Amino acid sequence: MSLRRPAKDQPESFEFNASSLEAANVIVAKYPEGKQQSAVMALLYIAQKQNNNWIPLAAMKYIAKFLDMPYIKVYEVATFYTMYNLSPVGKYFVQVCTTTPCMIRGANQLVQACKEKISENECELSDDKSCSWMEVECLGACVNAPMMQINDDYYEDLDKQKTLDILDKILNGETPKPGSYRGRVNNEPENNRKTLIDLKNA
Amino acid sequence: MLKDQDRIFQNLYNDKGSDVSSSQERGDWVNTKEITDKGRDWIINEIKESQLRGRGGAGFPTGLKWSFAPKEVGSRPHYLVINGDESEPGTCKDRDILRFEPHKLIEGCLIASYAVQAHVCYIYIRGEYFVDGQKLQAAIDEAYKKNLIGKNAAGTGWDLDIYIHYGAGAYICGEETALLESLEGKKGQPRLKPPFPALIGLYGCPTIINNVETIAVVPTILRRGAKWFASLGREKNTGTKIFCISGNVNNPCNVEEEMSIPLKELIEVHAGGVIGGWENLQAVIPGGSSMPLIPKEKCETLKMDFDACVEEKSGLGTAGIVVINKDQDIIKCMARIARFYKHESCGQCTPCREGSGWMWRMLERMAKGDATKDEVDMLGDVTNQIAGHTICAFGEGSSWPVQGLLRHFKKEIEKRNNLDPIVQKKNNIPYLVDQHLLDKKNA
Repeated sequence: MSLRRPAKDQPESFEFNASSLEAANVIVAKYPEGKQQSAVMALLYIAQKQNNNWIPLAAMKYIAKFLDMPYIKVYEVATFYTMYNLSPVGKYFVQVCTTTPCMIRGANQLVQACKEKISENECELSDDKSCSWMEVECLGACVNAPMMQINDDYYEDLDKQKTLDILDKILNGETPKPGSYRGRVNNEPENNRKTLIDLKNA
Repeated sequence: MLKDQDRIFQNLYNDKGSDVSSSQERGDWVNTKEITDKGRDWIINEIKESQLRGRGGAGFPTGLKWSFAPKEVGSRPHYLVINGDESEPGTCKDRDILRFEPHKLIEGCLIASYAVQAHVCYIYIRGEYFVDGQKLQAAIDEAYKKNLIGKNAAGTGWDLDIYIHYGAGAYICGEETALLESLEGKKGQPRLKPPFPALIGLYGCPTIINNVETIAVVPTILRRGAKWFASLGREKNTGTKIFCISGNVNNPCNVEEEMSIPLKELIEVHAGGVIGGWENLQAVIPGGSSMPLIPKEKCETLKMDFDACVEEKSGLGTAGIVVINKDQDIIKCMARIARFYKHESCGQCTPCREGSGWMWRMLERMAKGDATKDEVDMLGDVTNQIAGHTICAFGEGSSWPVQGLLRHFKKEIEKRNNLDPIVQKKNNIPYLVDQHLLDKKNA
């Protein structure tokens, strides 16, 4: 279990804006009546999206009232799951997978690239405050290792140079194209496909 | 090699697109009504006869699981929950189903819901797969529009609503009861079993939980018949399976193959061989990180199915094959897996919460050669005190890879860690009581 603490500087108040409110109501309707607590995870995502990719304590209090549940239960959920950022992260949030399947294909080079381009330590903002990175556990794209995630998108089949290029782009404010960076199609064996050939050629 | 027409996931590499019309061309949604018209008992029996075993890791017979659902719906509604919280290192099969074969999954949901009498189905997807979840959502919206799900879904007379629920980066939510807790909006900490979810699950109602791949193969089995499915593979290990081959191979890939295919064939034919040649192979993790590794000698003949892997004191798990060649430090690899488990322990049971950290720290020291001889046995002792002493199977999952390392690479660890603090090296270790013995004058 990783230690997760809320940020020291917290905003005074938080409220859903109109579009968040609409999205939240759609989510709550997915669950049976009286079980609206189920929506807490999705609502935390909505709050995180609205608030520059991190969740202040005020948002947790707001969600607790919104779903009619104790504040501590929301706090528990927000601190338990690692995808909720409890302190500010960059507009571009880079997550590098370093678990064994990525590690043995050179994930540490990706970490090096992040250290060179973004910041020396993980979870620190870059000089222009637009970007931060961290090491994470398996992201579930092991056959495309090594890989990293920037915001919602996966960048796969990387090496150090390709990572540096991608980081250059995001530091310039561009969004690079997600997917494989060795030009292969999804999860097929590169230049070695032996199955479903008829479909490929059809 | 399996014939192409026997492959269930024709669109595994997205050659054809994943929308509903191209799925229908591949045979999805063609005669769903005919299948459900044959009745619940027929469906469950057919799945039992096909000997389909759950694809999520434990390999529990799916037909048997469905038959645990109460026959009559009482005061509490039934639920179907699909487990798409694919977080096991080495595994990335469900992602391709969500992206490229969503209609197989949705149709499977309809048939399974009908069989266990559920009107609501939740698909739990890990939060990192947000983009893939969006693709599934688009497919669900499409299915609603064509009236394939919703009221009187696909003309079967059964009402079904499907909702996606995103996780938020917790490996433990792949455990079925932790997943239910998470669905209820709580911390993902597993529940005690019994009661089993089939009787008391989501919101205290009867709930059937299946892996994405398990549900996605159901329509094809019912269409082509249990006999066809059972004819692939071998007794009790039937059918096809998506294998994810990652690590030190020339062409890491996902591929659907027959069960009981030799591991060597998978690696040599589909994944382009081990980097540096077969002789350069050191070990293989056959089923995702929680399964004990298998050394090269045994990889020569290993057949990839549930029972054959168990015979080698490992397991098929999720069939996420991680190939490790001799260029890698095997102790370091396992130390990284131990770190994964230390990070992902939910913290509910003490042996797992504390022990996973111990194992990680000991292995890190062993990788550096800083451990003493005694600690090698002590590490084995720690693993035995975790496995079987926790609420869920995470305890086993975290200690099995370490036990596998100790079983097959103990010599390697001992060679590197031959430190004997008192006698041989005379290291100054202040907390040792017998330190004075090192001084010859005192001896």
